Amino acid sequence: MLAVDVDKQLGTLKLSVKFKAAHGATALFGPSGAGKTTVVNLIAGLLTPDRGSISLDETLLFDAAKGIDVPPHRRRIGYVFQEGRLFPHLSVRQNLDYGRRMSGAPRDAGEFARIAALLDIGHLLDRRPGKLSGGERQRVTVGRALLMRPKLLLLDEPLASLDAGHKREILPYLVRLRDDAGIPMVYVSHSLAEVRRIATIVVRLDAGHVVSTGGLELLKDADADVFA
Amino acid sequence: MFDLSPADWTAVELTIRISIVATLCALPLGIAIGWLLARKKFWGKSVLDGLVHLPLVLPPVVTGYLLLISFGRRGPIGAFLYDHFGIVFSFRWTGAALACGVMGFPLMIRPIRLALEAIDRKLEDAASTLGANKVWVFLTVTLPLALPGIIAGVVLCFARALGEFGATITFVSNIPGETQTISAAIFTLTQVPGGDAAAGRLALISIALAFAALFASEWLSRRAAIRFHGD
Repeated sequence: MLAVDVDKQLGTLKLSVKFKAAHGATALFGPSGAGKTTVVNLIAGLLTPDRGSISLDETLLFDAAKGIDVPPHRRRIGYVFQEGRLFPHLSVRQNLDYGRRMSGAPRDAGEFARIAALLDIGHLLDRRPGKLSGGERQRVTVGRALLMRPKLLLLDEPLASLDAGHKREILPYLVRLRDDAGIPMVYVSHSLAEVRRIATIVVRLDAGHVVSTGGLELLKDADADVFA
Repeated sequence: MFDLSPADWTAVELTIRISIVATLCALPLGIAIGWLLARKKFWGKSVLDGLVHLPLVLPPVVTGYLLLISFGRRGPIGAFLYDHFGIVFSFRWTGAALACGVMGFPLMIRPIRLALEAIDRKLEDAASTLGANKVWVFLTVTLPLALPGIIAGVVLCFARALGEFGATITFVSNIPGETQTISAAIFTLTQVPGGDAAAGRLALISIALAFAALFASEWLSRRAAIRFHGD
């Protein structure tokens, strides 16, 4: 269970959000500039809230009043970035292995093979990220985040930089991930179609505030026009 | 043509040793200060920036003089180093390496700083979400990505050290076998009658060394580029 209750002033945006996310996939849904990416960066620890608290399961990750701020590298939160952010100087295999190496955990060939198969990236291992297509790159990015054995997976518009064909290619992997991996996900998107496929809970954001929280019934077909 | 005298070979060997030691000792400091200048805001930053670049604009003889009065046996820093660590710079080859390092330092700093400034900080954020603390982020992401700039800085500093003359001769004089580098040896040979041929041979060696350094840098940066952009 992820519980977020934070304020953050960022430029002209006054962000003030409060929501809880349980199992399955929680979609942060809203127009551009609503503060979705900011919320995800606050959860990951890449930004520091001005006020409030963030907790994951029983662990306080941030609490302004108690002076708690766990640094990003100790949060065990996987983050799939919109632009991938694979390390260009490392091979795909080394990228995938990075999280395990940093945590000092022993090599687990079974887990590695399982995730490589889940995302169908086994044939890419010896390539450099610069030689991957957009779809391949995002699958490797998801694999890299999964292999650090995260307690929570953040996906920030993981499909936004892809064309329609690649989007169709990756969506099934993400659905499989939601159903098989058992890791709670926070999925940021402004695409109605994506959110409908992925989300189990929807948190609607607008101008830095939570407008409503609930199931897929919150989504209206008209949203497609608003956010497209 | 290439029947160099043992004294000539000594100058060549000494020049290479001094340049390598100067470059290797300057490198960690160059990365540290390049990083400070690229990433940090602090009081006195422009002073540090100016101080580092001073040897580039000062007459080398003045830099040598400043080294002499501060690192000489009776200079404040020189006396301290001798009393506590037994390190002597004045009139030793180590002093020549110090002078070369100081003169090459601004040339080393600039490409390193530019490379560090050009790095996508988002990759460092990504590394931290994957469990890397600040030191590991620096070692596994920042440093490898800055490698082309670091190579360029190393080569420029090394080349500058190979040719250093003014600061070296002012600081540690021109002692054959101890502080007489190729440049100083050529200078000495041109001052005596009949020294032209020997000076010419050393000049050719100097040209060969400079080319070797350039080719090495070209080769290294090409390898770095291949590493970054794949196959």
